[in-house]
Formats: sequence, C-alpha cells, structure tokens
Amino acid sequence: MESFFGRYKNLLVLAAILLLQVTGLAMQVRRAAPQSGPDGRKVRLIRYWAVAAVSPLERFLLAIGHGTRHTWSSYIDLRHARRDNDSLRAELSRLRLEQASVAEDARQAQRLQALFGFKEHYIYKTIAAQVIGSSGADQSRIIYIDKGSHDGLKPDMPVITPDGIVGKVKDVFPSVSQVLEVSDQTSGAGVLFESTRIRGILRGNAAGQLQVINLLPDERIKPGDRVLTSGGDQVFPRGLAVGQVVSIEKDRERDPYIDVLLRPAANLSQLEEVLVITQLSDKMADSQQRDLSDAYAAAFGNRRASDVLSEKLPGTQAPGDAAAPDLAHPQDKNPNSVPITVKPPPALHPDRFSPPAAKAAAPKNPSGPPPQP
Amino acid sequence: MAIVYNSRLDAEEHGFHPLVTVLLPLLALLLQVYLPRFFHGFALFDLPLIVTIFFAVARRNPIAGTLTGAIIGLLQDALSGLPIGINGIAKSIVGFFAASIGVRLDVENSGTRFLLNFGFTLLSSLIYIVISRVLLGTESVIVWTHELIRALANALLAVPLFLLMDFTKRRNA
Repeated sequence: MESFFGRYKNLLVLAAILLLQVTGLAMQVRRAAPQSGPDGRKVRLIRYWAVAAVSPLERFLLAIGHGTRHTWSSYIDLRHARRDNDSLRAELSRLRLEQASVAEDARQAQRLQALFGFKEHYIYKTIAAQVIGSSGADQSRIIYIDKGSHDGLKPDMPVITPDGIVGKVKDVFPSVSQVLEVSDQTSGAGVLFESTRIRGILRGNAAGQLQVINLLPDERIKPGDRVLTSGGDQVFPRGLAVGQVVSIEKDRERDPYIDVLLRPAANLSQLEEVLVITQLSDKMADSQQRDLSDAYAAAFGNRRASDVLSEKLPGTQAPGDAAAPDLAHPQDKNPNSVPITVKPPPALHPDRFSPPAAKAAAPKNPSGPPPQP
Repeated sequence: MAIVYNSRLDAEEHGFHPLVTVLLPLLALLLQVYLPRFFHGFALFDLPLIVTIFFAVARRNPIAGTLTGAIIGLLQDALSGLPIGINGIAKSIVGFFAASIGVRLDVENSGTRFLLNFGFTLLSSLIYIVISRVLLGTESVIVWTHELIRALANALLAVPLFLLMDFTKRRNA
C-alpha cells in the first residue's frame, strides 16, 4: 500500500514551500518598517545576492550600449554639431541675462529669510548617477543606479533630475543602490500647489501615476497648476518641481476627498542619469553663490558685469564684430525664443545712487581734476 | 492533432542541461530588469513567469515546477523591491499547476501554450493581489482590464519564446 507521503508527495512539497514563504512574509510584515524605507538585515542580504548576480551583467550591457552610442554620436553623427553649438551659445547667453533678472529677487528673499530667522535648505552637494536597471515589475516602481555606499549614498537621500524629483534612495549596496520612484504606491512626499499654496501628500497609484491625496474639493485647483515639494517630509528640499495638474477626480473610497492626478516634471519612464542629493545645508554651495554673485553683478553693472554686457549688448558692440551674437533680438534668429528684458527692480530705499536718480558717469580723464563728491 | 493526451505515456518528459537551468532564468530576470529602462511598456510582460511555465510543462514534474517557480519568484522579489515571497508564492503555485496540467495536455501545441500562459498570468495576478491585500494588508487595487491586457501580451510573447526555448530541451530516456 502506497504511503500517505508517497501519495501526496507533490502537494506536500507545495504546501511546505508555500508555508516557508508565508512565514518569511509574515516576519517581514511583523518587523514592519515603513514599506518605502530600507529592509531588515536578512531581507537585505537576499536582495544583495540577487543584485550582486544581476548588476554586473546590467553594467556590461550598459557599457556596450554607451560605447555604441558614443561612437555614433562622437564620430559619425556630427552633421548638426556646428548648428547645435551656435544655438546652445545663444541659449546660454539668453539664460545668463534671464538669471541676472531674477538675481535681485533671490537676494531679497535671502535677506527676508534671514530677517525672519527662516532656515532654508539648499542643495549643497549632489552625486550624478547612471540608471542601470529597473524593478522589471509592473507593481513596483524601482530603479537601480550605479552608485552605492562606496560613493557616500545612504537610505532616504532624495534623487532628482534638473526637471524635477524622481524619488528617494531605498536600499544601498556597495556599488549599486535602489531608488524608490515617487510614482510607487508605497512612496510619499509632501507637496504644495505653487499658485494656491495648498499642501498635500504625493503618492503613486496602481497605474504608476502621480497623485496628490487627502485633499478637500477646492475650486482654485485647476489643470495646469504647478506642484512643488513642500519640504515637510524631511526628505526633499522645498521648492523642487514635482509636476503639473492633469485632472481632478473624486476619491471613491474616501468621500468627500479628491485625488489630483499629476504629470511628473521629470520623465520617470525614460531616466538615464539622476542626481542624488547627498548634502543639504542652510548655506548655498560655493558654486551657487558664485553664480548668484555673477548674475547680481551682471544685473547691476559693476565693472565685471559691464565688461560682460558691453561685449554682448547692441549699441556697445564694436562695429564689424560679426562674431558677437545679437542678443537684443535673439528671436530674430530663433523664432521660438522669448524676448528678454533686463531691468533692475526698484530700490527699497532709494538714494542718490539709485537709478534713475544717479547721473551718468563723467568720462574718465587721468590728467583732469579729481571728481567732486 | 489532439491537444489532450489519452494516457500518461503519450507525454514526453524533458530535461535540461544544468547550465540552461541556471542561465535561462537568470537571462529572463536580467532582461526583465534591463529592458523596461528603454521600453517602459516592457514591464507589462513577465519573462520570469514565462520561463517558469516553460520549465514546468517541459519537465512535467510538479515538485520541480514548484521549486523552479519558488526560486525564480524569490529572485524576482529580491530585484523588484517587493516583499520577499510575494512573487515566490505566486510562481510556486503556477509552477505546480503548470506541471500538473502539462501531464495531461499536448504542450507542444502553440494554441495550448497561448492559453496556458494567458490563464497562468491571470492566476499569478490574482494570487499577487490576494497576498497583497490579505497577508500584507496593503491597499493594492487590481484593474482587471489591465490584467487581461497583461495576460494577453504575455501569452502572445510566450508562443515564439517557447519555440526558441524548445532548442534547449533534452528528451529524457
């Protein structure tokens, strides 16, 4: 007679394997760290083995892809390089002028923040990382980047692109890290609507869309509104772009709340390179301060700025200097560009040096008498 | 050609070279995490599930099917950032039933393969959602139209992939 175990061998093996895995799951739930946070030690070990098995192959495939693209773009496909170069130079000049026009606003904001004792958190240090893979699962929005603990990365560091936020570092391995995207169902971030300053919580939905939840109906929220990070989550610094409102829907499970669906500012589906913010500070980074000083100088005409602008602006351009770009009418060359007008804001406490009270400087003459105060 | 076997003897059991047993699931996992970076919609497919079903129906051994599914699923969990075991459980069950069905059906038939993959992808989604909601207590929402499209896409991809993977099979004596 066939024994019980022999007869139900297959089912018993299935039951044993399922029991083991359910127990493992239960242990993970029991030690319930927040789902978006780093894993426990044992789970982390399993992930580490899997990542260690797959990531070298991913890096290899990535290197092949980069090599091919680099060869193509650097040596073969150079047809439009000169035209692109010219257009980028014009764009750079335009952005310099644009930066100059907002520099004083930034200074003023800084002064007011200092006055009220408000602590702003600036992005002080970032590390650029290459995206080498994804979770591959429809249910989780995770990407892998090629930087890890050896590069100074730690869990919960914010990850961004120049366009907007991407997510935060979840698990860190020696040379690879997992990043949980903001579109994942388990992620969360504090956000606010730029125009109305309404605050909300950002999370992903089942379809991988961004949505702001727990909001009461408000007529001021309209499609197209920009949404920024509020800084309230202690992960993302304040003021980073999150996305734009696409639609407003009723929350079916929690009446009368609404869900606001967003289009992400960063292209989450086509990420290639990201920036991991490794350090925040209440002071600006040296490079940022330099940029701001340059822009400030450019806006208010000290010696360095006048040097720069005299080379660029029409009227001070030397006749026959064809190489200088025509910045006064950049739209003439680029029909899509927006004309920029640089004007200093009115002074808070006007004095005799404030424009237009200040008189034009007299021409310098080394042999002449010294200027009268 | 009949798609149902009259007896167990009609069905051939196949084996695989040990390297194939290791490398094929690893390749499926690698492509699954690598390709969505370039083709975002690729996450709709589940290559590890297709490989689980392929091994299970080729070996026609429920224990081997269960173990293969468990290992592939656990590795997928480790890479996807999901709780370890969620895909492991789903693929263990799929591997078990695929091997059990493989004993009775002609799994060389493309139509059968299509239906098998369609059905098992839906079963896998159902198990996933049950585990998420009941065991893990998450608020996961299942969108059935999305799951049907996913099952259809997986089944369509599985038919040519099964033909390719057939070359790795060795007939057991």
